[in-house]
Amino acid sequence: MESAQTQWVRIHPLVVRITHWINVLAILVMVTSGWRIYNASPLFPFRIPNELTLGGWLAGALQWHFAAMWLLVLNGLVYVVYGIFSGHFRGKLFPLTPRAVFRDVLEALRGKLAHEDLSVYNAAQRAAYLAIILCGVVLVFSGLAIWKPVQLQEITAIFGGYEGARVVHFLAMALLVLIVLVHVLMVILVPRTLPTMFTGRSRRAS
Amino acid sequence: MKGRTMETSLADHAPTLIRSIERRLFLRQGLSLGALALLSGCDLTDDESVQKVLNGMSRWNDRTQAWLFNPNKLAPEFPESAITKPFPFNAFYSVDEVEYVDGASYKLELAGLIRDKKPWTLPELYSLPQTSQITRHICVEGWSAIGKWSGVRFSDFLARIGADTSAKYIGFKCADDYYSSVDMATALHPQTLLTFRYADEILPPKYGFPMKLRIPTKLGFKNPKHIMSMYVTNEYPGGYWEDQGYNWFSGS
Repeated sequence: MESAQTQWVRIHPLVVRITHWINVLAILVMVTSGWRIYNASPLFPFRIPNELTLGGWLAGALQWHFAAMWLLVLNGLVYVVYGIFSGHFRGKLFPLTPRAVFRDVLEALRGKLAHEDLSVYNAAQRAAYLAIILCGVVLVFSGLAIWKPVQLQEITAIFGGYEGARVVHFLAMALLVLIVLVHVLMVILVPRTLPTMFTGRSRRAS
Repeated sequence: MKGRTMETSLADHAPTLIRSIERRLFLRQGLSLGALALLSGCDLTDDESVQKVLNGMSRWNDRTQAWLFNPNKLAPEFPESAITKPFPFNAFYSVDEVEYVDGASYKLELAGLIRDKKPWTLPELYSLPQTSQITRHICVEGWSAIGKWSGVRFSDFLARIGADTSAKYIGFKCADDYYSSVDMATALHPQTLLTFRYADEILPPKYGFPMKLRIPTKLGFKNPKHIMSMYVTNEYPGGYWEDQGYNWFSGS
């Protein structure tokens, strides 16, 4: 199928692809086990259906959560350090203006957002990916605040104490899940973006 | 109202029968949905090896927490106005099944690596120098409540009985068949108290009469109530919840 003339363009660096898929695994375990932990003492007047949770009971969910946190944090560190020092963040996520985000979100809702060149993120994508990274940072720190409210009490204090950290941890999870759902929906709508997350390359737009 | 919700939520996790059934189903159920996608290549009969990895990670987290534990770092203390009322009851049974210990005949038994194993009566314990703290009790379930406990600084008591503080663990056996254990560093922490009073009153049965070891640097289930005996040892003693998969160190 491939002719000699087919031009390929590299759009996702190897480090980004590897950390992305490890992160998928880590987030899936963290969120589903976290929901089971939430159910042990719900902060809000609702529970998560047990069928959607991981761990089977509180102790099992805690074991998954505190095992996968290492994967999440170590993988996240590799990604963030790479993103900063390779120029990946600077080149792909910036510049980013509220006006551009607003415009691209509106266009996306109208189904008019262009995706010819997958190597360039539109402003809606940039905002979403940046928000995911920020959610991750907030989740890690509010998680540390909940886990170690004595030993790391300086972090807990940032969130207004232990109970405040629980609320922030939950809200950051909710925002992250929402963005991930939109992200997956967009992949379903533009399916040719999916193989590029494995191969890292796509045919150059002609 | 809040306390009521907590009791109800506890009941969902506590009943022994449900729990033991749940334990057996733990991985099959747990993996069924959330993790099916990511483990679809694996045979679900690998349950035991997955559990082995999770247990190994829990032991690793014990070591991480012991390393993170700063013996001089104090848990935040609160004013009387911050105390949670009513302070929630919590155990592996319901509040109407609370153990009643006879204070008149009570004696605290000591065993293991302790020089003076003479049992202690309540009047003898009450006559020791007492101190108070208002700290946040954090349950492994997630909820928290602030309470006031008074008693003997545990490190002082350990010194008085000649406990070998170079040993690794202190284990506790309780009147309600509960048992638990803590690391020596935590036992010697200045805020770890052997308490006899809650809110300036002798501990009522539901809060652990005749005594509760109050450890504000650990989760609530690491604070044993109705203590009948304690022993100092170098052999890992485990605990009621710990043996079922809850993390042993469970530090705050």
